[in-house]
Amino acid sequence: MTRPAPGADDAVNSTRNTPSAHRATAEHRAAEHPAAEHRAAEHRAGEDARSSAAEEPRAAAPERRTDSYGDGVGEDAGDGVGSRDGAGDGVGAGAGEVSGGPVAVVEQRLHPVTPLRRAWAPVAVVIGWAVHDPDGAQRQLTRLDPSTLLIGLAVLVPAAVLYGFLTWWFTHFAVTESELRIRTGLLFRRTAHIRLERIQAVDVTRPLLARIAGVAKLRLDVVGTDKKDELAYLGEGTARALRAELLARAAGFAPDTAQDVGEAPVRQLLKVPPGVLAVSLVLTGATWGTLLAAVVVPSVLWIATESLWTVLATALPLLGAAGANSVGRFVGEYDWTVGESPDGLRIDHGLLDRAHETVPPGRVQTVRVVEPLLWRRRGWVRVELDVAGSSNSVLIPVAPREVAESVIARVLPGVRVPDAAALLRPPARARWCVPLWWKGHGLAVTDTVFAARQGLLRRQLALVPHAKVQSVRLAQGPWERFKRVADVHVDTGANKTVTARLRDATEAAVLLHAQAERSRTGRREALPDRWMV
Amino acid sequence: MEDGAERAQGEPVWTGLPRGLLRMRRLLLVVWLGPIAIGTGVLLGWLAGPGWAAFALLPLGLMLWGWPMLGRNWRSWRYAERADDLLISRGVLWREETVVPYGRMQLVEVTSGPVERHFGLASVQLHTAAAATDARIPGLEPEEAERLRDRLTQLGEARSAGL
Repeated sequence: MTRPAPGADDAVNSTRNTPSAHRATAEHRAAEHPAAEHRAAEHRAGEDARSSAAEEPRAAAPERRTDSYGDGVGEDAGDGVGSRDGAGDGVGAGAGEVSGGPVAVVEQRLHPVTPLRRAWAPVAVVIGWAVHDPDGAQRQLTRLDPSTLLIGLAVLVPAAVLYGFLTWWFTHFAVTESELRIRTGLLFRRTAHIRLERIQAVDVTRPLLARIAGVAKLRLDVVGTDKKDELAYLGEGTARALRAELLARAAGFAPDTAQDVGEAPVRQLLKVPPGVLAVSLVLTGATWGTLLAAVVVPSVLWIATESLWTVLATALPLLGAAGANSVGRFVGEYDWTVGESPDGLRIDHGLLDRAHETVPPGRVQTVRVVEPLLWRRRGWVRVELDVAGSSNSVLIPVAPREVAESVIARVLPGVRVPDAAALLRPPARARWCVPLWWKGHGLAVTDTVFAARQGLLRRQLALVPHAKVQSVRLAQGPWERFKRVADVHVDTGANKTVTARLRDATEAAVLLHAQAERSRTGRREALPDRWMV
Repeated sequence: MEDGAERAQGEPVWTGLPRGLLRMRRLLLVVWLGPIAIGTGVLLGWLAGPGWAAFALLPLGLMLWGWPMLGRNWRSWRYAERADDLLISRGVLWREETVVPYGRMQLVEVTSGPVERHFGLASVQLHTAAAATDARIPGLEPEEAERLRDRLTQLGEARSAGL
């Protein structure tokens, strides 16, 4: 079957090719070469056999994914069954055909425990229904006799098993030179091609049950990907190796060496002791606020209404919030370790669910240094960061200021956090615009970052590297105009805006243009997209 | 405009918006508020007595107040293409000035609704990777909008940068 060079198939500039587009091209091709259809079917069979063997030499596994998209849905189910007989044939034909193709793609399946990941769903539905309607549930239960129960199980269990098995069977992923390809779906096929050089972060998470089973979930943060584009689950070793390979490829290592580079060595920068974490949570206002609300609101309601249901309905969510704010945060942020490696910053944390995040250098859009009132005496800070397309935001849950600043210097190379004395306060007349809190605002512009502070009790200093600034805006309301002050907003790619409030109007106008200029030139000195070349 | 920084880079050449936009907005004002005023006056005068018809003065007053306000707002809108960035300045009471470096533009859009088209107008909207970037120039002549789009795209490509 004649086919264009693999490179031509990949739409180089679009991250994602829709299955329908694939189908269209494949159908078109099949129409051109009707005789090729039969061979394509053979290949498919061969491929499946190969991917179950999983360790085929790379050269023998050609990139000819698009071929199989011409098939009708009905044929898909036959795929797996046919694979056993057609295996030898298919491999031979495949090897003969590909000798010319420069790129080889090995398609892999997820870990075999994956079908079990949704096993709890029917159970949860039943429990949810029972909780929602306890009387009805009891009536139904008494009416159940063993035979109906058995028949129900006999239908439900195989159906669930089949569903799990089929989703697992029809999910493939492959790492090519420049992309991670995920191909999934039985009836509605979906192919995601994720460009590696656009990777913002790579996470390996191990929820409690997955830890017991020895598997892990791999998630790529790329601007525009959605939840479906995570690989769950992979063997723990596979996940780690794949993360290393993805990062190495994203960093620009040659495709042949990328697999052998292995995991980059990690140098530990910081480890948060459990004691410090616990004390820091005790000293956080939010912990006490939610706890207080959880106690006060239900008691007031009890006095007012004396209705048990009302009290329970308000107390439970409030208690949940309080728990999430104290115990939940402790469990999630337990054993927080930040390490440095050539392929980025490694963040490992969690008591029950372990998460391993990697943030490649040069991807951080904003860093925020948060300083709650009660932490100030101990000199502790919390550091949050914004990465485009990523949901992770905490870099350090709690650490002494000097340690935190040294870690920030690793995230934003060449940046020194301006200290409080270096921040320019708003002019005193700003007190008429924002009473009291005007004192919390401050601004410092260094040659690398735009730093703006806000908040009086809970101080928050936001740092934006000049190279990450997307646009600069100056805004001034009538009252601010009267007081000759103005706000300067700096927009970053992570959809966050950092604002320097209440600057002197003349200064703000100068700042606006100077910042635009710095943002334009800052890019030239910034890290390249492929940082290890 | 305070000018220290700007003179250093050369005074920006500001361009205002075409008069057609003001005409369109004033017409819309009259088209909406005029019938409301007449309707209120007639209905209340007929149903509740002539004294109540005075309520018709409310939309009428709004119209008379809006007329010069639209003019002021229209005059406040202006943009300037500089060597490396686009400036947009707008607003009278709530003044806002936006600077977008060409290299940060991800997408330039030209839109025009049915009313705008009738008046021969089109809007240019700039998108960067930050959703907060609010860079829109309304009510340009279509040729100017297309020229601006092409020029911005061209400059954006030349100075392109990632996230």
